[in-house]
Amino acid sequence: MSLIRFFKTIFMIDFLTGLIMAIKEIFKPKKTINYPFEKGSISPRARGEHALRRYPNGEERCIACKLCEAVCPAQAITIESSEREDGSRKTTRYDIDMLKCIYCGLCEQSCPVDAIVQGPNFEFATETREELYYNKEKLLENGDRWENILAANINADSSHR
Amino acid sequence: MAELFIFFEQIYRILFLLIPVLVSVAMIVWLDRRVWAFVQKRRGPNVVGPFGLFQTLADALKYIFKEIIIPASSNKVIFILAPIVTMTLALIAWAVIPFSETFVLADINVGILYLFAVSSLGVYGIIMGGWASNSKYPFLGAIRSAAQMVSYEVSIGVIIINVLLCVGSLNLSDIVLAQKDLWFVIPLFPMFIIFFISALAETNRPPFDLPEAEAELVAGYQTEYSGMMYAMFWLGEYANILLMCAMGSILFLGGWLSPIDLFPFNVIPAPIWLILKILFLFILFALIKAIVPRYRYDQLMKLGWKIFLPFSLIYVVLTASFLMYFDLLPGN
Repeated sequence: MSLIRFFKTIFMIDFLTGLIMAIKEIFKPKKTINYPFEKGSISPRARGEHALRRYPNGEERCIACKLCEAVCPAQAITIESSEREDGSRKTTRYDIDMLKCIYCGLCEQSCPVDAIVQGPNFEFATETREELYYNKEKLLENGDRWENILAANINADSSHR
Repeated sequence: MAELFIFFEQIYRILFLLIPVLVSVAMIVWLDRRVWAFVQKRRGPNVVGPFGLFQTLADALKYIFKEIIIPASSNKVIFILAPIVTMTLALIAWAVIPFSETFVLADINVGILYLFAVSSLGVYGIIMGGWASNSKYPFLGAIRSAAQMVSYEVSIGVIIINVLLCVGSLNLSDIVLAQKDLWFVIPLFPMFIIFFISALAETNRPPFDLPEAEAELVAGYQTEYSGMMYAMFWLGEYANILLMCAMGSILFLGGWLSPIDLFPFNVIPAPIWLILKILFLFILFALIKAIVPRYRYDQLMKLGWKIFLPFSLIYVVLTASFLMYFDLLPGN
């Protein structure tokens, strides 16, 4: 053991340096955010809670092509469809089991009409399992509620599609 | 009737000491987490109550409502007794801590011996808990803890001898009053450092938290505990830490005495000074938790037996010779 090392050990120089550094760190600004009260920025591509969108005239976008159902790796989506009186093909059932969903975003990518999208909302915890079996009404309601943000996000990301 | 009155008076005095101690244990857990978080540039608990001050109360409330699981293969009586022993021993030691010249629950003449004995008994709670769990990780944790606490008690004992040489009394109030002119932290500074490090080891704090090294032993002797029993271990541990800080401030930092006997300082009531000193030592405890990595077990033993024990023994000889040579021995 060299002499310098010996004195450093005896007087705990390294330890005191660390202690002073720790005390300095205390007064620096925090790196974490105060989560439930302030939130971090979310990318337009964020894959959160699903939503089914509508056209501005109120018509559902979904054409029941079932591409999302086919592509879903977790097989979380169930779609049933039939012909409506006006001859258009529409879904009669559109269920997503949010517990099966792995939030991969493939449904959003496969959708030819931007009907099923994943919004920026990730705070949809519930108290029971059943509340997480989303049906068509719930998804459309989500779409109506988040429409402004969803449209803005799709627009922001459109140049990369 | 008079006996009854004395009985209730004693009960009230005990409660008047114990309830503030328990409340401050809760506050100190919050402070510990908060300082730890601040060093790591996090925010720490800040939601429950002002600045998150009631976080520990919320946690304790949660523990009360949790189920207590007693392992089928455990020795049930000792398993249940262990946290009670830890908690009780951590709290009864407070009886002799003098908060001011008049405010001390039991002003016994062998106060420091009592304190030392009770803090040594603390290892029983841990070893009972670890052994009665009848499971390998708690058992390993208990063995480690017992060996560690026994080793470091030896050096704490020798350090206390150093202080006693300078005081000439085992009474804690006398120890404090002997520091009226000069706190023992100045002449016995190396002993203070060794006492502090030994106190870290004694209370199983990082960097000596081997008994509950979570990476190796799950949670050490607490692994099989749940609910309120775990909370009692946890409160007992922090009460012990607080006790060690109190012991350090009484032995070395002049207990309830103010640093200088001048106007703005000597009007502050004595217990406040003791509390401030305990807080200072505790913040050091918390800072050290944040900055140092855990010791290896053989390093821990080497530090205790090969460095601290001989060093403090040599310092006893030095102190004694110094006091003899300059005829400063107390009582002469």
